[in-house]
Amino acid sequence: MFSYYLDLALRSLRRNKALTALMVLAIALGIGASMTTLTVLHVLSGDPLPGRSAQLYYPQIDPQDIKGMQPDKEPPDQVTLIDGMNLLHAKRADRQALMSGGSVPIQPLQSSLDPFYVETRYTTADFFPMFGTPFLYGHGWNAADDEAKARDVVIAKSLNDKLFAGADSVGRTLRMAGASFRVVGVLDSWQPNPHFYDLNTGSYAYAEQVFLPFQTMLDLHLSRNGSNDCWGNGGGGSGSILPSDDCVWLQFWVQLDSAAKAAAYREFLVHYSQEQKVLGRFQRAPNVRLRNVMQWLRYQMVVPDDVRLQTGLAFGFLLVCLVNTVGLMLAKFMRRAAELGVRRALGASRRALFTQLLVESGVIGLFGGIGGLLLALFGLWLVRQRPSAYAALAHLDISMLFTTFVLALCATLLAGLLPAWRACQIAPALQLKSN
Amino acid sequence: MDILPILSTLRRHKLTSWLLILEIALTCAIVCNAVFLIGQRLQRMDMPSGVAEHELLQIQVADVMTPSNPYARLAEDIAVLRQVPGVQSVASSNQVPFGNSSSNANIRLDPAQQERTLNATTYFGENLSQTLGTRLVSGRDLQPDDFVDVEAALKALGTGDSKSLPHVTLITQALAERLWPGQNPLGRIIYLTPVVGLRVVGVLDSLARPNAYDTAQAQYTTVMPLRMGADKDLSYLIRTRPEDRANVLAAALAALKKADPQRVVTIKRSFDDVRQKFFQDDRAMAGMLVGVIVALLIVTALGIVGLASFWVAQRRRMIGVRRALGATRANILHYFQTENFLLATIGIALGMVLAYGINLFLMLHYELPRLPAVYFPVGAIVLWLIGQVAVLGPAMRAAAVPPVVATRSV
Repeated sequence: MFSYYLDLALRSLRRNKALTALMVLAIALGIGASMTTLTVLHVLSGDPLPGRSAQLYYPQIDPQDIKGMQPDKEPPDQVTLIDGMNLLHAKRADRQALMSGGSVPIQPLQSSLDPFYVETRYTTADFFPMFGTPFLYGHGWNAADDEAKARDVVIAKSLNDKLFAGADSVGRTLRMAGASFRVVGVLDSWQPNPHFYDLNTGSYAYAEQVFLPFQTMLDLHLSRNGSNDCWGNGGGGSGSILPSDDCVWLQFWVQLDSAAKAAAYREFLVHYSQEQKVLGRFQRAPNVRLRNVMQWLRYQMVVPDDVRLQTGLAFGFLLVCLVNTVGLMLAKFMRRAAELGVRRALGASRRALFTQLLVESGVIGLFGGIGGLLLALFGLWLVRQRPSAYAALAHLDISMLFTTFVLALCATLLAGLLPAWRACQIAPALQLKSN
Repeated sequence: MDILPILSTLRRHKLTSWLLILEIALTCAIVCNAVFLIGQRLQRMDMPSGVAEHELLQIQVADVMTPSNPYARLAEDIAVLRQVPGVQSVASSNQVPFGNSSSNANIRLDPAQQERTLNATTYFGENLSQTLGTRLVSGRDLQPDDFVDVEAALKALGTGDSKSLPHVTLITQALAERLWPGQNPLGRIIYLTPVVGLRVVGVLDSLARPNAYDTAQAQYTTVMPLRMGADKDLSYLIRTRPEDRANVLAAALAALKKADPQRVVTIKRSFDDVRQKFFQDDRAMAGMLVGVIVALLIVTALGIVGLASFWVAQRRRMIGVRRALGATRANILHYFQTENFLLATIGIALGMVLAYGINLFLMLHYELPRLPAVYFPVGAIVLWLIGQVAVLGPAMRAAAVPPVVATRSV
């Protein structure tokens, strides 16, 4: 029966090509626009470390002075050097890392290459196992290397390709900022999006080329990038001067493998704040937060407002396209009142007619979906030409491809319901008589 | 034209009529808001910087090894750049308007104040006003003996040694008006920390922040007499004639490279590039909105064409009868035009209400201002026009139906 309906649908669609094309075009435009924006939204609000992010937490404590304190105000987004070191050495989490962004000049040994600056992450050892970074060669450094201010470096694949022609460079020497470092590991391509562990660098499409022990940065006064927030007489630091003790400028991440551990860690943060208050360092009552990766990204509102606005706009457009299609389909079905009347008179049930008409709208939906997919691919190509940092990430994945067709089919079937129902209400006798 | 017969016909096609009205209403609401958003973006992109935009170049160079005396290094570089032919003036600066990377301070009017009054950006560097081309509206510019070294000032913050701290500042007119509405700002003091109080000695006409995301706070700017040493985050700003920019930039880079071949140029651009980059997302958004508006209007117009064609085909007999009874072609044409006008009017009326609702939602979630009333009549006229253009084809086809149709059976 289905294939018969399909045949009828195709015949009917062929009979009025312009109208069919119009309906398919409207659906395709609506689907194309909404899938383009939805894909961008989906990519930008994605999980940067699937499978791990739920166990990764970002502790926040409040070391600010009493000035301007309000009971429900959020603590700062980063930690001070003293607190960072204290929390790191407390080792109360399964893993923990203290870090900051920066950039260092690389001095290639090859005379053919001029010195160049690369984006750098200064971090303690747990960074690599905690974030599950993939290693091409070698491995990270350990906590003892951190304390020893080791001149160890982990480099990204792209830098390894540039400097060592992609060879296993573990053990080789790399000169940076006038000092010699030993390559201990080479990372395979790794770029979590959003760049959750430090959003000061820009949220998307940012990847460090060089990873150095945090204490080595302090030792060598390497240059830092990021944001400093100070209070009281705090000064933000400049050149080789570090930000003062009244400034937050570091990111601190912990791994907590169970909810119980997370609750315990929260307790520990409250405890730590109380202890610091007794010592006179903290002035405020304990004000702590412990968000996991996705909660942190939501709190920081990383997805640009423009992207949300565009998605809303595209769905508004889809709605107009659907209303348009409902109107056109209604017109088309009603115009075939006579034919439907004959079929009813010959014994077809209302249900059968209804199914037949729905098959017809489903066919339009399918074609609209294909057209919409092509338009979405084109739309995403257009998005990728944009200058925004996230533009390069706009690609359709399997789940969005599937969503496109489901959306197109559901939308058109929904749009077909009203016209099909209306057309089935026709009294057969009346239609036969009048013409 | 008598509209009663039209209304009674439409009453027989209630569902289709309502769908058309709904489509026009949705289009009207979305278009009104989209045009408004475009206006907002264009206005933002027009934000004044307060500097001589077409005459400025920005260069950042980074040393591989920190120089032993950054201040001497800076002086050498400035001297080298001044020698470059075509250079009118050279400044060092920690930041540039619309440059994104910024240094900011919380400002209080009383050191004991609990909450900050506002957050303002802090420019520092030498020879800034002259090179940027900012205009002083009252007071004086910063003098050489106002300046202190930034590293000494940072150290003094901790020790409270007031000799090494700056004592005066320039502020913009907008900031002055916000801090002391209607009063003379000269001689008044702003506090950055409990120990750093700066006396306002001059008022600038305009100077935008590097991080001018919020239009209302874009001009909250101070310029402080702090001297920086050569550093990778320090910019050299060069003023030159607009037509010399490309040549001067190339020559300046060559001169800096010659002074020390080991260093790395990290930024080299004209101020036009700075503005272009800062507002690129706004430009992209405005472009996308234009695209959506065009697509929406086309889809709506095609929808009207489709439905009108269907109605014309369905009413061929009726049209024939009317023609046979003496209606002219113009009567038939006007009939369909009036019908479309009626539907569009109802749609537009509904659309206005919807547009207002969408605007309220956007105001709540995206900090947009209220939709100005002028957008309503403009939206209405656009949709009326679109409707009339779209219906013209089918209406003319209707007018061409010969009276003889009435006598034929289909």
